[in-house]
Amino acid sequence: MSRAFVSVRDLRVSFGRGARLIHAVDGVSFDVAEGEVFGLVGESGCGKSTILRALSGLNPDWSGEATIAGRPVARTRDPAMARTVQMVFQDPYGSLHPKHTVETALMEPVRIHGLGDGPRRIERVLTEVGLSPAFRYRYPHQLSGGQRQRVAIARALILEPRVLLLDEPTSALDVSVQAEILNLLSDIRRTENLTYILVSHDFGVIAHMCDRVAVMNHGVILEELTVEALMQGRMRHAYTRELYEASAGYTRRLERSGEEADVAA
Amino acid sequence: MTAEVRTEASAQGGLRAWLLAETVTGPGQARAQKLYLGWRRFAANPLALLGLGIVLALVLLAVLAPLVATHDPFAQSLDRRLLPPSSSHLLGTDELGRDIWSRIAYGARITLMIVLLVALIAGPLGLLIGTVAGYLGGWVDVALMRLTDVFLSFPGLILALAFVAALGSGLENAILAIALTAWPPIARLARAETLTVRRADYIAAVRLAGASDLRIIVRHVMPICIPSVIIRITLNMAGIILTAAGLGFLGLGAQPPSPEWGAMLSTGRAYMLGSWWLAAMPGIAILVVSLGFNLLGDALRDVLDPRSS
Repeated sequence: MSRAFVSVRDLRVSFGRGARLIHAVDGVSFDVAEGEVFGLVGESGCGKSTILRALSGLNPDWSGEATIAGRPVARTRDPAMARTVQMVFQDPYGSLHPKHTVETALMEPVRIHGLGDGPRRIERVLTEVGLSPAFRYRYPHQLSGGQRQRVAIARALILEPRVLLLDEPTSALDVSVQAEILNLLSDIRRTENLTYILVSHDFGVIAHMCDRVAVMNHGVILEELTVEALMQGRMRHAYTRELYEASAGYTRRLERSGEEADVAA
Repeated sequence: MTAEVRTEASAQGGLRAWLLAETVTGPGQARAQKLYLGWRRFAANPLALLGLGIVLALVLLAVLAPLVATHDPFAQSLDRRLLPPSSSHLLGTDELGRDIWSRIAYGARITLMIVLLVALIAGPLGLLIGTVAGYLGGWVDVALMRLTDVFLSFPGLILALAFVAALGSGLENAILAIALTAWPPIARLARAETLTVRRADYIAAVRLAGASDLRIIVRHVMPICIPSVIIRITLNMAGIILTAAGLGFLGLGAQPPSPEWGAMLSTGRAYMLGSWWLAAMPGIAILVVSLGFNLLGDALRDVLDPRSS
């Protein structure tokens, strides 16, 4: 890990004060190489999204050290960092401004950074996420969930970042659309040589996308393992096994009910 | 044959088709479509159209006052005083023989000016204070909201009276005083609305893009708050008109001989028993216009408020 592209050391985030102090993230360290997809998995409330919010600069109250692309992550928002790290949010229904057209939403980062050539950039990212230019003047309420998430990805890409933070990018979408978005994200990563940090509670998504995965519980990383090790069941921690089997069991049950439906049909 | 039918249909519904088209070709069309859909919802409500009609009638009356007035609103003639409504004086004459219809027509200008100026001062001021307090939070929020509380803790008319007493009576000071009492509820509203969106992911996304606080407030938070502020101001119009009329009634607003409706009502009070039309006519005008703004505000809420749909 000498050429870590993203490096996090002893990251701590806490909320509240006094007796109600909660350590949401309690000393987390990990490294991500350039071009790698690193997964953070765990149940709700284990602190995985909080890590992303700290790394992105949305939550300034954290301690520890983090560097991305060789630059320390500042506590305050930093315009240069905006062009290195971008984020895709969980809920595409809440991440697009309801009063802004796709064009306005995509133009905003270009304007903020005073970059020229807005229309060409918009056309490029729209093509990249597989939306036709006809979507440019639509409002979010005229788009489906999958289309909205594509716009959100396009917005994250328009500043040409090196790292994308993905906060459960498919969990709010229909099952039929989830695979489309995941494949899109994989394709984009390959063509743009991006580094992803993907947060999910779904082992299916993790297995599909990631190279390595860290399993979190109560604000700490229990273990870090490769996806191969995960698939072969070579986890060291009982909690990981439990979580993995719960998720796999759920998938199997889904498959079985699908087969039954086929038989019935 | 089918081609002919099709071209005919598209010629007929050219604008309509453009306004409802699935594929939008420019930002202008996107905005026009949004307006058109809003208008269709608005027009489906008969009370909304009534409210809009009354407000438009007020505007027309104000603009066309010299044309629709049958007499000079300031011309006194003591031999024609206190005449009841008739064909020569549609709404009768007052205690100085001035034509009441003509005075109401010119008074519409004063009413409209009060309403517009108060909206233009109180709306942006309240919106700015509310969004800044709500978005920045912390001590800025505390300071601005305590200030708002101070203004809110007085009844509007009392506060306006105090301002007018301090500034001196007159129409301009009355407008200023009313505007100063009208912004706090708007600031409160804008702050509440801001608090519901400041944690939204779309605000987080634009923060991540590196936007400054000012840019976020103006371009991203304010568009969310503007519909409710417009609704609130429209609904407040009735109160503003009544406050202005109240100040006029107490002799602190528009000064004689200006045909302000509240002042007309006030002088008419002395002749109420013998000549009811002196007080009734400006009173009816105030009532109708207040009702019109209320109906319009209710209808705008139905169209603009996303939560009601």
